[in-house]
Amino acid sequence: MFNYNRMSKKVYIGCGAGFAGDRYDASIPIVNEFKNIKGPKYLMFEVLAERTLAIAQQFRIQDKSKGYSPYLDFYIEPILEDCLNHNIKIISNLGAANPIGAAKRIIEIANDKKINKPKIAVVLGDDILNYMSKHDILNSPTMEGLDIKNTQITAANVYLGAFPIADALDKDVDIVIVGRSVDSALALGPLIHEFKWKPDQLNMLSSGTICGHLLECGAQVTGAYFADPGYKDVPDLYNVGFPIAEFNENGEFYITKPKNTGGIVNKATVTEQLLYETHNPNQYIVPDVIADMSQLNLIEEEENKVLVKGGRGHKKPSHLKATICSESGYMGEAEMSYAGPNALHRAKLAIEVIEKRVQKIGLQGKTRFEIIGAGSVHFSSEEETSYENNFDGDYRIRSAGFFEKKEDAEKFVAETYSLYCSGPSAGGGARTSITAESSTASILIDRKIIDPQVKIEII
Amino acid sequence: MVKVIELPVHSIAHSRAGDKGDVSNVSLITYNKNGWENIKVNATESKVLEIFKHLGATNVTRYELPNLMALNFVIENALGGGVNSSLRLDRHGKTLSSYLLYHLKLKVSLNMLPDNSPYRIKFNRG
Repeated sequence: MFNYNRMSKKVYIGCGAGFAGDRYDASIPIVNEFKNIKGPKYLMFEVLAERTLAIAQQFRIQDKSKGYSPYLDFYIEPILEDCLNHNIKIISNLGAANPIGAAKRIIEIANDKKINKPKIAVVLGDDILNYMSKHDILNSPTMEGLDIKNTQITAANVYLGAFPIADALDKDVDIVIVGRSVDSALALGPLIHEFKWKPDQLNMLSSGTICGHLLECGAQVTGAYFADPGYKDVPDLYNVGFPIAEFNENGEFYITKPKNTGGIVNKATVTEQLLYETHNPNQYIVPDVIADMSQLNLIEEEENKVLVKGGRGHKKPSHLKATICSESGYMGEAEMSYAGPNALHRAKLAIEVIEKRVQKIGLQGKTRFEIIGAGSVHFSSEEETSYENNFDGDYRIRSAGFFEKKEDAEKFVAETYSLYCSGPSAGGGARTSITAESSTASILIDRKIIDPQVKIEII
Repeated sequence: MVKVIELPVHSIAHSRAGDKGDVSNVSLITYNKNGWENIKVNATESKVLEIFKHLGATNVTRYELPNLMALNFVIENALGGGVNSSLRLDRHGKTLSSYLLYHLKLKVSLNMLPDNSPYRIKFNRG
């Protein structure tokens, strides 16, 4: 009997990182699984949050060769040789503010390991500061309704789509490095390349986008960020397997994970990730298509293997979203613990002391004080917790404040630290930190401005 | 008569919260058809807004996904300015999912619970 499934082409995509800071060795079981699979295989790493890019731009200003993801070595080094030997192509936004720098660094790693030099394509064009004036950027209306006219831009990048990644793959490369792209494009790009999809194949582009969306947060689809012991149990979470998608020509795909790993893939884990950071599920907007999840069906076909079908797509948007990062001063944070009898009253007194001291020394800034263990994460600072509190217990005060000058943030955290000798009885375990802050706003840019600027360079 | 007990929606659904700027989205995904019929009717926009109002929420939009037996709530201005401008400990509002699961109380019957749910014990008493 003619078995269509056996004849049809399948593309395999694994995801080895879902954010900058994800487990560095997570891709190894995926690569080992891929060694035994025939057919096109891709490994994606998604490591670029909004803030990460602003920080990367600062590194680039200090040193022109830097500005790519500071985690590049950690993710690439363990798997580079196996990927090249087994024809597993790497797709990643490790490029951050300097994709060419990232490609050069990967070639250095290959040299150090004495393996063949990989052929790397770099997608350029996301950095709009290269072709739009600061004046035009700052005078664009923001999607949040924020006024950014007087801010100091540290990074301005537009979210590119998947077609540039597919074009890069058409050049027969081993690795594609991008800066800012929509995360799901890291999967959709290879699918466009393999199945030769055209821009008007909206249902296919939508299914590929949904596939990318399910993969882009790594193990969040395979049982991580899911466990609720007794209610939603996950086996061997410490060893959770990162996801692999097995994508069929007809637009249907499976989400699964490598053998001999922990975690779980079922309808519940897939649905949680599907709706993660989704607003209107009928209109999930990316540069290549507007994906519609409303007709999706999830079927548990085998243990740890879920079939996803029914992606529908609508015409791509006329404008693309860009994120504008700007400097926004410093945040000071400090914590101190109070435990044992009457601890909550001592913690409250500690906050009263800090608030009055901040007023007395005349520090100007937005501040927030809260008690960890008494509803801190679920309440605004003005609100009394609705949980029942015991005055005896184990509590931790937290003070946080924004200041224009670093010096003021330092003075602010010192007011919590000084409780060691000048606060209520028996405070301990103080920790303080100061972080340079970056604020972001989003603007929409006509893709007619963007499209001609997108270029592929081979390194 | 079917026994009905008021319980946190945690008994019949699970959830994950995501952030984009100052907008949070919190899903509510049921374990079975009976649970779905319950939240479809009773997990309303106004109840969810009431639950997140003290955090500054100004508007809630609810989306239905019947195929997945799930709802998605989009909650505006609930994140203290969003991940880059909030002074909160949980700047992303990641923990808002568990806040909804605890504070949204619904009338629940045994056939809405998943197998082996620890909440089953509540139906055995009396």
